[in-house]
Amino acid sequence: MAVNRTGLAVETSGLVKTFGKTRAVDGLDLAVPAGTVYGLLGPNGAGKTTAVRMLATLLRPDGGEARVFGHDLRTEADAVRTRVSLTGQYASVDEDLTGTENLILLSRLLGYRKPAARERAAQLLAAFGLTDAADRQVKKYSGGMRRRIDIAASILNTPDLLFLDEPTTGLDPRSRNQVWEIIRAVVAQGTTVLLTTQYLDEADQLAGRIAVIDEGKVIAEGTPGQLKSSIGAGTVHLRLRDAAQRPEAERILAKVLDTTVQQEADPVALTARVGGSGAAVDAAAAGSRALAELAGAGIVVDEFSLGQPSLDEVFLALTDKAARNEEKA
Amino acid sequence: MSTTTVAPDTTAYTPSAETIAAVLAPGEKPRRPGPVSASLTFGWRAMLKIKHVPEQLFDVTMFPIIMTLMFTYLFGGALAGSPREYLQYLLPGIMVTSVVMITMYTGVGLNTDIEKGVFDRFRTLAVWRPAALVGMILGDVLRYVLAAVVIVGVGLVLGFRPGGGVMGVLAGIGLLVVFSFAFSWIWTWLGLILRSEKSVMGVSMLVLFPLTFLSNVFVEPLTMPGWLQAFVDVNPITHLVAAVRSVMAGAPDAGAITWVLVASAVCTAVFGALTMHRYNRK
Repeated sequence: MAVNRTGLAVETSGLVKTFGKTRAVDGLDLAVPAGTVYGLLGPNGAGKTTAVRMLATLLRPDGGEARVFGHDLRTEADAVRTRVSLTGQYASVDEDLTGTENLILLSRLLGYRKPAARERAAQLLAAFGLTDAADRQVKKYSGGMRRRIDIAASILNTPDLLFLDEPTTGLDPRSRNQVWEIIRAVVAQGTTVLLTTQYLDEADQLAGRIAVIDEGKVIAEGTPGQLKSSIGAGTVHLRLRDAAQRPEAERILAKVLDTTVQQEADPVALTARVGGSGAAVDAAAAGSRALAELAGAGIVVDEFSLGQPSLDEVFLALTDKAARNEEKA
Repeated sequence: MSTTTVAPDTTAYTPSAETIAAVLAPGEKPRRPGPVSASLTFGWRAMLKIKHVPEQLFDVTMFPIIMTLMFTYLFGGALAGSPREYLQYLLPGIMVTSVVMITMYTGVGLNTDIEKGVFDRFRTLAVWRPAALVGMILGDVLRYVLAAVVIVGVGLVLGFRPGGGVMGVLAGIGLLVVFSFAFSWIWTWLGLILRSEKSVMGVSMLVLFPLTFLSNVFVEPLTMPGWLQAFVDVNPITHLVAAVRSVMAGAPDAGAITWVLVASAVCTAVFGALTMHRYNRK
């Protein structure tokens, strides 16, 4: 019923999971729209995996409410299981079995008869480029291939909601791109994807909306664009030829960029965030103006880079903000 | 070495939106399998694991052979005048001992298996919940049968001549397998509550050694002190051995057989429920 009214794949309020004295998930509120990729972004230990394991019915919540397509997680776990699928951080297939055997096993458990299961396995192996490795034990697969057989196993049941727990951690760039392509193809078919990641660029590439999680709570939520502009458009990193010129450079930067400039531990390095909170600033234009001013003042710049805020920076900015809001309240 | 062989096709793969769309096309979802079908599918998984790692059959072949040879020749002369004489008494008991000891690997196996990610997948499937464990034990039942057959084979070579004939031997193995299936649920439960494979092994040994040795497996309990006889009398292994011995000898002991069947049912119900309780909240 909730699914019709709200169009939400996942809806949680005040979700809690404790392990002993640790509150791994501590009042999590989520609203994941159906048919999109939703990113849970946060560092190790933020509670992302615990949240996903609860939503996939592997862990019982200790408090709060959670619905998946309108089914209560606690009382209708079985109904939830018919709609979802999970690719965990570690291989969620049997490594002693071959690719074909794994997929036949799971197809049979979904109710396919033997010939249909065999056909389904072959079809999936082909779609994921694993036909040549079909009769090899999964433990002999490369990291990228393991991930693919994992995801193949997860979409056997054409789930309405697919959980991907850090799907690209530990993969080389090529394999990571393959996984991203697969995720795009899956969501294009109408499957909702709930993705956890530690990488801002991954969430940025794939997710329609992102929830930033820290200490088991959502500390920020929105589209990637909203999140980034809320903490500034980008970051400027500078390295000067002469450490003695740093105070002068700092003053110029602060004036041109209209922001606070940080002195790094490296005596010739400076960092500044471009664009204040919420302001739509052309970071590149601001950066080149700053460079021109520095050159005009006779300051030699050896290195200049303009980048998106890293997850660290997003994180520091957001947790800073959270801390300040708490003080105010 | 395996990485060099897999490297080429990792790089060659480019995901295609069309083929992935095709496998995700919302066809008719099949009806979910029933409990029996799901359990048998998990049993098939156990068979596949034996196929890929045949070394795991070592404990159900070599261990029973060694046990049989060792005790036949160690005690035979002293206890019954000759190993061949003793074997007529010992064989059903040593078969029970070996197979019951092998049941502990069910717990050890589950303890290591459940730590792997694949159990997360099994537990998110909408199938009858105990199926994964029942299937696993069904796979182990095959190992029990294999061990029992090996021991009877060795026994026959050494001169064991069961009075019950082929039917008696089959009935004996059948009783033993029923009991072992039930007994395995104790180990699945321990496999789920104990932290490591080693502790499962340790606790199992602690239970199994007294149960198998302080029984009627090796000698008639008549010469034992009274307190020990009291223990032997209530020991389930004693009842099992009495039942198996009686059917193999061709003189079925209805009391002992009933006891074994009832105990098996109770054990499965109690420890099966405890196991599932732990499994659901792991």
